[in-house]
Amino acid sequence: MRITCTVNGEQHRADDVWEGESLLYVLRERMGFPGSKNACEQGECGSCTIYLDGVLACACLVAAGQADGRDVRTVEGLASGDELSPVQQAFLEAGAVQCGFCTPGLLVAAHDLIERQAAPTDAEIREALAGNLCRCTGYEKIMEAVRLAAQRATASQR
Amino acid sequence: MTVPTTGAPQGLTAPAGEGVGASPRRPDGTPKVKGEFAYGSDMWMDGMVWGVTLRSPHPYARIRSIDIGSALAEPGVYAALTHEDVPGSKFYGLEIVDQPVLAVDTVRYQGEPVALVAADHPELARRAAKRIRVDYDVYEPVTDAREALGHPRWNQVHDAPGTVSELSRERAALHPQGNLVRHLRLRKGVPEPVADVVVIGEYEVGMQDQAFLGPESGLAVPVPHGGVELYVATQWLHVDQRQICAALGLPPDMVRLTLAGVGGAFGGREDLSMHVHACMLALHTGKPVKMVYNREESFYGHVHRHPARMRFEHGANRDGTLVYVKAQIYLDGGAYASSTPAVVGNAGTMGAGPYVVPNAQVDAYGAYTNNPPCGAMRGFGSVQAAFAYEAQMDKLAAELGMDPVELRCRNALSEGSQAPTGQVIDSPAPVEELLRRVQAMPLPPPRTADGEPDLRDLPGGVANTTHGEGVMRGIGYAVAYKNVGFSEGFDDYSTARVRLETVAGEATVTVHTAAAEVGQGLVTVERQIARTELGVRRVIVHPKDTQVGSGGSTSASRQTYVTGGAVKAACEKVRARALALIQHRLGHSVPGLRLDGGKVVSQSEGVIGDLADLLGEEVIDETVEWHHRPTEAVDPETGQGFAHVQYAFAAHRAVVDVDTELGLVKVVALDCAQDVGKAINPQAVVGQIQGGSAQGLGLALMEEILIKGGKIRNPSFTDYLIPTILDMPPMRIDVLEYADPNAPYGVRGVGEPPTISSGPAIVAAIRDATGLSLHQVPVRPEHITGT
Repeated sequence: MRITCTVNGEQHRADDVWEGESLLYVLRERMGFPGSKNACEQGECGSCTIYLDGVLACACLVAAGQADGRDVRTVEGLASGDELSPVQQAFLEAGAVQCGFCTPGLLVAAHDLIERQAAPTDAEIREALAGNLCRCTGYEKIMEAVRLAAQRATASQR
Repeated sequence: MTVPTTGAPQGLTAPAGEGVGASPRRPDGTPKVKGEFAYGSDMWMDGMVWGVTLRSPHPYARIRSIDIGSALAEPGVYAALTHEDVPGSKFYGLEIVDQPVLAVDTVRYQGEPVALVAADHPELARRAAKRIRVDYDVYEPVTDAREALGHPRWNQVHDAPGTVSELSRERAALHPQGNLVRHLRLRKGVPEPVADVVVIGEYEVGMQDQAFLGPESGLAVPVPHGGVELYVATQWLHVDQRQICAALGLPPDMVRLTLAGVGGAFGGREDLSMHVHACMLALHTGKPVKMVYNREESFYGHVHRHPARMRFEHGANRDGTLVYVKAQIYLDGGAYASSTPAVVGNAGTMGAGPYVVPNAQVDAYGAYTNNPPCGAMRGFGSVQAAFAYEAQMDKLAAELGMDPVELRCRNALSEGSQAPTGQVIDSPAPVEELLRRVQAMPLPPPRTADGEPDLRDLPGGVANTTHGEGVMRGIGYAVAYKNVGFSEGFDDYSTARVRLETVAGEATVTVHTAAAEVGQGLVTVERQIARTELGVRRVIVHPKDTQVGSGGSTSASRQTYVTGGAVKAACEKVRARALALIQHRLGHSVPGLRLDGGKVVSQSEGVIGDLADLLGEEVIDETVEWHHRPTEAVDPETGQGFAHVQYAFAAHRAVVDVDTELGLVKVVALDCAQDVGKAINPQAVVGQIQGGSAQGLGLALMEEILIKGGKIRNPSFTDYLIPTILDMPPMRIDVLEYADPNAPYGVRGVGEPPTISSGPAIVAAIRDATGLSLHQVPVRPEHITGT
């Protein structure tokens, strides 16, 4: 089957998609967006977190056909050219990136949290990121990064 | 944390902020946050096909026949291969060559690779693999390490361990040499020590998975004249290359490896996984072949942490001074040896913990069974023993009516004391200080009885299982140690090639090593060292490959020490040549020349000129193979010897809330003090301590591969739980920097110690909260509720 969707603001098309393929597979292997990661393929780890019509989803749990005609935003769509988004910048500064395999999903989830909530408490950050597994960092520096990004977002709105 | 003093040049521009002791950004950080960093699973090439592995469904069976015909008949399938297609040696292994590349006539664990398929699409390949017919004669698996060795099981705590000198090598022998992989026998002091107080305990540690997030993956590309290039996520390129060459029957110059992006490792990538398989398929089809395991296959595709059963007996004087320790440690190595011999070595030589004990009788065994193969995981033999010896220290303290921290401090190893191996600790060993420091840290506030508690702070969280009723708080301590680097006489080295030249008017350094970056930040550290040693800002870290000598394994907390040492030594050679060249060009002798901030500086005359200008067209290129000081094999009868090049120490204090009715645990605080010798990159050091502590928490509370009849029951992230951001508490961390005079910059390995002491501290805290003796990890709810 043919899948057409908007990815990071541009139309993309994939032909000969097998019905069993996930949106994650199509993004990674057919449309050239390998940023979203496959670490569990059952929605437990959050490494493939994307926006689907502006709502967080695990791309591994979305059948490719379900994404037809819809709007997808991946980690590759967070920066504007060379200018990193505040969450990306904060992850780098705080040392929240080690192996980085969980990073794309965490960035999208953190980006969504900060968009929705200007000054999240620690408990709210933990709740928002509870669906994203990280094996390297013990999460402390991820907390620091999200706090930092949220502070900057709040400051820039004043 | 203590503020590290910077070893970087002072006063001039640049490197101070980005050299040794600073925390510059990681060079791979920006691509990682943009989703542009290419992991093994992101490799892609025109015309590539997908490889998959057919694995045994049985833990133990004879293979009568394999029929690949119907798989090959599927459209889009390019190859179906079995052991008959292995061009070279059919067996491989890190220490013992005992593992088939593809099963020959026997499968010894569930998930053992039997056949390979390459096809246009991964799903096509999977379906074709299912059509391969394998006729098995299924055997009863051997699933208990002591049974495999013919050793008696312990029935009660006070059973004396059986006679173990007459090992039954014949019993259900899974390999021609019998089921014993290694016995480490340690004897120190008198044979029949007498103590005022004796405590005995039996302990069990479950099988932990590394659970790195990026599953096994790589791309093999055939090259002209019969060679192959492999891009793979791994921990040690050269040991892979050695084994791949043997299996393919090719010389090293025809098998080139390049490190693909690695999504975490933690020991699980020290053994081969898809390496030979992808190369075989690529050579057979003449096409690039990509192999990527999914999560379930990853559970079958790499070794795990050895599960352990341990019996410990400690004797002490009334004042708490240890008189003796006797220990039997059984490590289930599973179907193939992997690194079991070295894991047994660690468990045996360091099984008594970081304590002075004059009499020690330790027997550590590694056995073959039909369980999944076990090998390297962060902490490597020390993790298992620490759960036992730290539980014993608390038990002894209770028996003596002493404070557990006081008891530990009374017996703590320190510089100059003798380990149970007879090795004198010849660099700082601040065991007591680490304990005192975590003890002195502020405690989290007590739960308030009044007012509605935030569910998210309670055991069970938003599952709303308690509002505080039945919840008890406990505090526990643990301290542990770990050898750094490869031990027992292993020639442990790393190679660094460093080039200094002027590129586009700027002095530029290229650092080339084969040492694997797996997320820990070695690429940052290599850059920092080059900046400090050569006073140059522009440092390029060359991709990791086998075009330079071995970097050794990214394991054993060794890379900053050993590859760091190699980079430093190569930089020193480059610097000496550069300064000699500059002296020559200046035409007269200038005393005290040095490189700093991109300039050539003299003690007396200040800045002499730009390094770039003074270098001109000259390219200075040096390669150094750097070995740490030698260790020695331990005596086979007594386990005595200078076995380990360096020890690293960490202590934790855990505070837990336990819902005693449901057996749920919330770790409220997990604080750590660790000596790192010298923090080359303080931010990365803290990151290692936090991440390492989380893996210890996981083993203490939730992480276990459940095996029944040799079969894994929970090969998924739905059923194998690792800590989430809700499970990890905030951590207070104290980083000490007592330089090891034998190590470059005084560094001490960092990655593993926090994984060793965090778990035992948490279990101690649960014991403190509940009064239970708890002898098994992970601690399950039913252990707490007794239901």
